[in-house]
Amino acid sequence: MDLDFTAEEQGHRREVRRFLQDNLPADLANKVKHGKRLVREDFLRWQQILHQRGWGATMWPSAFGGTGWNAVEQHIFEEECANAGAPMQLPFGLKMVAPVIMAFGSPAQQAHFLPRIVAGEDWWCQGYSEPGAGSDLASLTTSAIREGEHYRVNGQKTWNTYGQHADWIFCLVRTASEGRKQEGISFLLIDMKTPGITVRPIIMIDGEHEINEVWFEDVLVPVENRVGEENKGWTYAKFLLGHERTGIAGVGRSKAALKQLKAIARSEQAFGRPLIMDQRFRDRVAQVELELMALEITHLRVLTADHEKRGPGPEASILKIKGSEIQQSLAELMMQALGHYALPWQREALDPDWHGEAIGADYAAPLSGHYFNYRKTTIYGGSNEIQKNIIAQMILGL
Amino acid sequence: MDFQYREEQLAQQDTLSRFLGRDYGFEQRRALAQSESGFSRDHWRQFADLGILALPYPEAFGGLNGNAVDTLLVMEMFGRGLVLEPYLATVVLAGGLIRDAGSQAQKAELLPAIAGGELLLALAHHEPGARYESRHVATAARRDGDGYRVDGAKAVVISGAAADRIIVSARTSGGARDEQGISLFVIDAQAAGVHVRGYPTQDGGRAAEIGFHDVKLPASALIGAEGAALPAIERALDYAIAALCAEAVGAMTAINEATLDYLKTRKQFGQPIGRFQALQHRMVDMVISTEQARSMATLAAVRVDSTDIALRRRSVSAAKAYIGQQARSVGQQAVQLHGGMGVVDELKVAHYFKRLTMINATFGDADHHLGLFGDALLSA
Repeated sequence: MDLDFTAEEQGHRREVRRFLQDNLPADLANKVKHGKRLVREDFLRWQQILHQRGWGATMWPSAFGGTGWNAVEQHIFEEECANAGAPMQLPFGLKMVAPVIMAFGSPAQQAHFLPRIVAGEDWWCQGYSEPGAGSDLASLTTSAIREGEHYRVNGQKTWNTYGQHADWIFCLVRTASEGRKQEGISFLLIDMKTPGITVRPIIMIDGEHEINEVWFEDVLVPVENRVGEENKGWTYAKFLLGHERTGIAGVGRSKAALKQLKAIARSEQAFGRPLIMDQRFRDRVAQVELELMALEITHLRVLTADHEKRGPGPEASILKIKGSEIQQSLAELMMQALGHYALPWQREALDPDWHGEAIGADYAAPLSGHYFNYRKTTIYGGSNEIQKNIIAQMILGL
Repeated sequence: MDFQYREEQLAQQDTLSRFLGRDYGFEQRRALAQSESGFSRDHWRQFADLGILALPYPEAFGGLNGNAVDTLLVMEMFGRGLVLEPYLATVVLAGGLIRDAGSQAQKAELLPAIAGGELLLALAHHEPGARYESRHVATAARRDGDGYRVDGAKAVVISGAAADRIIVSARTSGGARDEQGISLFVIDAQAAGVHVRGYPTQDGGRAAEIGFHDVKLPASALIGAEGAALPAIERALDYAIAALCAEAVGAMTAINEATLDYLKTRKQFGQPIGRFQALQHRMVDMVISTEQARSMATLAAVRVDSTDIALRRRSVSAAKAYIGQQARSVGQQAVQLHGGMGVVDELKVAHYFKRLTMINATFGDADHHLGLFGDALLSA
């Protein structure tokens, strides 16, 4: 038992830090640190820079073009990236569909899709939820009917993040309606340029366009774009969700957010002194830091345990629950720190090209929107109540 | 980083687990708790034979040179078994203080005797009216020829009545809340002027109020340098707090097992009550709290051996605050999920709950340590 980093791990951290100093574009880091709106090119540009260094997929095994890093090495990488203000690597390709393709995809699918994901050539989005299938995901009704060498897909997906930017969507579709509802689901990879696909924006609570509805009308998908076996998609879907939950803990990003919270609490004034001097506010900051300290160790304990090789187990649900709660607490405290300057809604300040006069402190503009937006974290990726059901069933046998 | 335990650490845990299974059943423990001394000399001898009384001491003094993680594993098992023997007071707290601050002669006299199971010690430090403040010492030691005379009162001395010798903090200079001027002495519990008023604690343990009335001490009773004992006391308290954190995690693990078992066997409305989602989610919250607490107990154990004092204190306070909160919530939920059976004496859940509650109240509760941890934000 040793919580100190080894000499190798410290060397790894220095190498990552040096790489970030030399290669993370200042304009990108500025956008991230000031909570500006990121566009498609921002994410892809960063993915391509990482790829050039060979670090495009730090969570993948080296056989598929990943770094093959262990959990501690990945943790260090994520922490340093977050601290430097690197854009988050979106999970949909790297952390969600890629592990499924690696585990269940054909050699042709692996050879085609994986290199394009790591290189930042394809943008992936997720086609899981439907209006009538949220927490009860297996009751999905989007249908895929086999017609020779194609499936004909009809239906509607929702809560689709960044589908407006996407080249590909991975979809759960119904290929059989007999038997248990989990047994008639298949996993399809669909080119977003296929005729019959319509993407409609859903404007979120913060006024931003982050999510969409995706409609499928007689969309023809080649059978070769099915992953694994027909009607076995539920198995792959659960496998994917396990990987998604692990990433959602977001310890590195929360540590960076905590740092920002403390800086804001030192800058804001109350009763003629910094807000951090206020005992009640300081206790709140200390409380979320305690949670985060514990989660960092729990996170590493879970990921370095023996299930590292067979993918995350139901323990990942613990990480999702605590990680999302902490992210929400941090977002809420940052807004609370602003006092009455939580009120102004200065949308233009989120525009990277805007250089006007800030209302209140220059860090204020994105914080309330961020708080509202982050209520999503305990809802998405399987709501925290669903995660508790998973723990109750899979770990506790209830 | 490495999150594995060594093989010999796991083997020792196995041994303790077997001991608890064999000698520490619920009724056996209850009988012990109700006995005169509140613990078993026979168990203590077994602990000596197992080597755990020698664990944290240097080999030169009959010890096994273990670190705080070794102690964590012992304390976690003691938490699981609700062990009553004065391990924390003798081996961790007082013994740790002798190890860190004692002279060669004091170490040579006391540590092998602790390791052999022949000597019980207690630390009399906190005082009535001082709550948890570690530098608040009004007990006075004044020079008297070559030696000292000690006067004062000490509060809730853990396992104080069983101790053969008492390590007492007393002020040799300065005001009651000064950092400087605190000295440590080792006093024979039978010495004239030492008044020990022992009593049972809520959790089946023992503690004592101890008065010192003009107690005459030789110069050799002084531990470490005169007036400069506070750092060693705080180090020893941190060490004991880390041990209590581990004990709490053991008790939380056990209370969760008992509660889960109850959810699966107790039937209402024609089915096991564990089928009800309202109860399932409470149980899940308890498990998550315990895993997070386990992470913090590990942090405390690893950092308590650190030479970076600010890091040590900050980590230990973080762990004690967090575990105090989680232990409270896990304990209260466990009682609630047991229904009426949670508030009766005959099930172990009530006893775990009481121990968890009293651990929070010992050496600084969650609010106290959250405050200390938060204050570190001002200097960071």
